[in-house]
Amino acid sequence: MGQNTTSKIKKTLLILFFVFTSFIVLFPFYVMFISGFKPASELFSNGLNVSMALDTLTIENYIYLFTEGKEYFRWYFNSIIITIITTIGSVILSSFAGYALAIYKFKGRNLIFGLVIFLLLVPVDILMLPLYKVMIFLGLVDTYSGVILPFIVTPFVIFFFRQYAIGLPKEIIESARIDGCTEFGCYARIMAPMMLPAFGAMSIIQAMNSWNNFLWPLIVLRSNESMTLPIGLASLISPYGNNYGMLLTGSTLTVIPILIVFLFFQRYFVSGITVGGVKG
Amino acid sequence: MKPQETTAQMTQIKKMTKGNPIKKMIFSQKLAPFFFLTPFFLVFLIFFLYPIFELFRMSFQNILIGQTEWVGLANYKQMMNSHFYTAVKNTLIYTFWIIVILIPIPMALATLLNSKYLPFKNFFKSALFIPSLVSVIVGGVFFGLMFGDTEKDFINSLLVQIGFSPQQWKLGAATGMFLMVSLNCWRILGINVIYFLAGLQSIPNSLYEAADIDGANAVQKFFRITVPMLKPVTLFVLIISIFGGLRMFEESYVFWKNGSPNDIGLTIVGYVYQQAFDYNAMGLGAAVSVVLLLLALIIGMFQLKYFGAFKED
Repeated sequence: MGQNTTSKIKKTLLILFFVFTSFIVLFPFYVMFISGFKPASELFSNGLNVSMALDTLTIENYIYLFTEGKEYFRWYFNSIIITIITTIGSVILSSFAGYALAIYKFKGRNLIFGLVIFLLLVPVDILMLPLYKVMIFLGLVDTYSGVILPFIVTPFVIFFFRQYAIGLPKEIIESARIDGCTEFGCYARIMAPMMLPAFGAMSIIQAMNSWNNFLWPLIVLRSNESMTLPIGLASLISPYGNNYGMLLTGSTLTVIPILIVFLFFQRYFVSGITVGGVKG
Repeated sequence: MKPQETTAQMTQIKKMTKGNPIKKMIFSQKLAPFFFLTPFFLVFLIFFLYPIFELFRMSFQNILIGQTEWVGLANYKQMMNSHFYTAVKNTLIYTFWIIVILIPIPMALATLLNSKYLPFKNFFKSALFIPSLVSVIVGGVFFGLMFGDTEKDFINSLLVQIGFSPQQWKLGAATGMFLMVSLNCWRILGINVIYFLAGLQSIPNSLYEAADIDGANAVQKFFRITVPMLKPVTLFVLIISIFGGLRMFEESYVFWKNGSPNDIGLTIVGYVYQQAFDYNAMGLGAAVSVVLLLLALIIGMFQLKYFGAFKED
């Protein structure tokens, strides 16, 4: 009985424990995947169980989705457009603000930074009613702009960029200025490339938030054609289960793109969420 | 930076911008920050500051199409009804469970994940994190199916096998709460694990080495070193859990839309939505939002006091 045996036991126990935990946590994905290949009639009469009779598996749900699911692909399209514009717009515009707060010394800087922190504390959900009135006034109800604009500058992203840019060497800007670089040129050509990891982390966080955003689009988007995926899928949920086929396959296809992005950019996800508040 | 250089730079810029006001503007270090901050100011004014004023105003009004009348505190008085109390109660119970589950368990998981004996760390970390990529709606669809009412539905079939009776998950207050809490825990667990893992990295190894010399076992080290040293992260997770709990809406919407039996799924935000968009009572919805806003601010101030985002530099 040496040190070696003890550590081997520890290792085995830990692996077993995490295999078990991962299994439980990932189990709903298995359910999601498998149920899309079950005939809708079976789901309706037998409920959702995890038995997998290979001979009954069918791709009829997917065929149905791709042939009859015109509205579903409309929602998919809406979600992609809204996610792309929100992500690019909010990351760039918020990086402007965060950069300015980190690099320049000007009157009111601390006040504005305090304001950004304050905004972090007020969830948009609380302002949904007056925001809806603003959208009516601006004629933006049921439009992409209506969903996007309130999120086009995001306090959290400003905060992130401010923290990131404050650690960058400012001397480079000074020498660039002497070489005749404009202030915007300093940002675009010198500092922005140095902030690429921040752009990466924030793009992924913003894309994920926008792709999954629910309450605000639910309020602003009134017609079926303008819905995003979560809103459209939610509209398919009914107690009678008559939309099962489309709901299951449609939900599965929603998860796939974000899963792929995650597998490629894992470390950005982690750095993006940890900066939120945990100061090292 | 030496002073001569600055002067050299100034004369250089002066030379370049001589007599051209537009050029002067784009080289101006005084104007630049305001240029960069303009989008933020615009969004702040239109989509934050004005809505806040409007929210307070709306809460004193009765808003109907085409006509609006001032009703003083009537909305606030009307707020005192049993539906609202149920919504508050549900929100608080939900928040309570989120805190009780989503702090100790992720902390323990992170500590185990951090163990030097564990291989494939990144794989397990990713596995725990992946559910958070899924929207509440999609997650809820599958939770709703797994927790179906018949004996054949997955969870009920498990219960029957171990000798319990099948449950009507979406009809009872306790089981309904269980559904909402477990859906949220499934999604958020991995995120909190990552917060705690980040916190663990900042604990100096020497503390554990010293404890080893004193002959402390793993459990003692966890409670005497890890838990106290993780206090800042724990506070942070506590605050975001409270925020998440207060604004809860989707976890209920995905199971019942806005019509749960006996209000078992009604939350404060759900109540705002229901009043404003289902019953056309914008004023009442606004009054409830004001209360929620004040609550969020109180918690936020607490957060600032203990974390001091201002203390940063």
